[in-house]
Amino acid sequence: MSQRKRPDAVELAVPVADDDHVIGPASAPVTLVEYGDFECPHCGAAHPIVKALLERLGAEIRFVFRNFPIASIHPHATHAAEAAEAAGAQGRFWEMHDVLFENQTALQDTDLVAYAKQVGVERAQFVRGLSGHAYAARVREHFMGGVRSGVNGTPTFFINGLRHDDSFDLPTLAKAIQRAAE
Amino acid sequence: MDGTPLAANRGAPDFALHSTPDQRVSLREFRGNPLILAFYPADWSPVCGDQMVLYNEILPEFRRYSAALLGISVDGAWCHLAFARDRKLAFPLLADFEPKGEVARRFGVYREAEGICERALFVIDGEGIIRWSYVSPIGVNPGAEGILKALDAISAKART
Repeated sequence: MSQRKRPDAVELAVPVADDDHVIGPASAPVTLVEYGDFECPHCGAAHPIVKALLERLGAEIRFVFRNFPIASIHPHATHAAEAAEAAGAQGRFWEMHDVLFENQTALQDTDLVAYAKQVGVERAQFVRGLSGHAYAARVREHFMGGVRSGVNGTPTFFINGLRHDDSFDLPTLAKAIQRAAE
Repeated sequence: MDGTPLAANRGAPDFALHSTPDQRVSLREFRGNPLILAFYPADWSPVCGDQMVLYNEILPEFRRYSAALLGISVDGAWCHLAFARDRKLAFPLLADFEPKGEVARRFGVYREAEGICERALFVIDGEGIIRWSYVSPIGVNPGAEGILKALDAISAKART
């Protein structure tokens, strides 16, 4: 169901910071923030749309991904988010992010370790981080920041700090981004 | 035109509703700590944007305020049981089932034409006073930021 734009637009409570996962320059006129869940089929559907937008807009857009795993219905989502953070600690966040979205139905721990290897992450350190839940607090911090920002499901997008309460199909999202850039 | 939603700074009407086929929960039991009432239209709404599932993930945060959460819809207790099991919900869902919508009516959030309640939130303090209420457009999951702000305000007041 598409959502009506509320008169009181919902604002991103946690500004983009140095420790965020970012693609694109800080000087870009538009910043798109996604709160997503690697096991959520809607986020999986949004993934190629975001990729197409980034390709099309180049340096005109900055993209930020934050974790919002909904564990009650997606039992592998939290661990997948931690795996992305663990890969990020070795400079491979986006590679892992892509592989996870491309393999949403195979997110067991053994799969996560295999994907880490595939994207060039050092295995022992990755496994240690994952099994010790070294990134659990970070993932929860993303999640609660999202809740404070009015994230109400996944994916939730913010365009220049305002919640995008509309469909995330390519034309709609592209139009909203273009409007924000003007 | 249906009822007007109860606004802040008035007492919440008491009620007792089934949380399971053989258990009833009353508002009075929650005196002493904040209580969140989340009225919603129906069990089994689409999965990833589901309000009750989202709140289930935020329960640890609500507990930091010693706040309890109750979901309320007109679905029956057996339906709630199946829904809660399927979504692994760890808080009670109350059945405003017989007489249908009676409690929603008392809170001013019943939609007569459809026979369901609004998507409405009430945050009630430890004295049973409504401190914040909000009615969301029926198709929009309101999220939890308003609830957390209301709980912040209650705990700030308790400290002064």
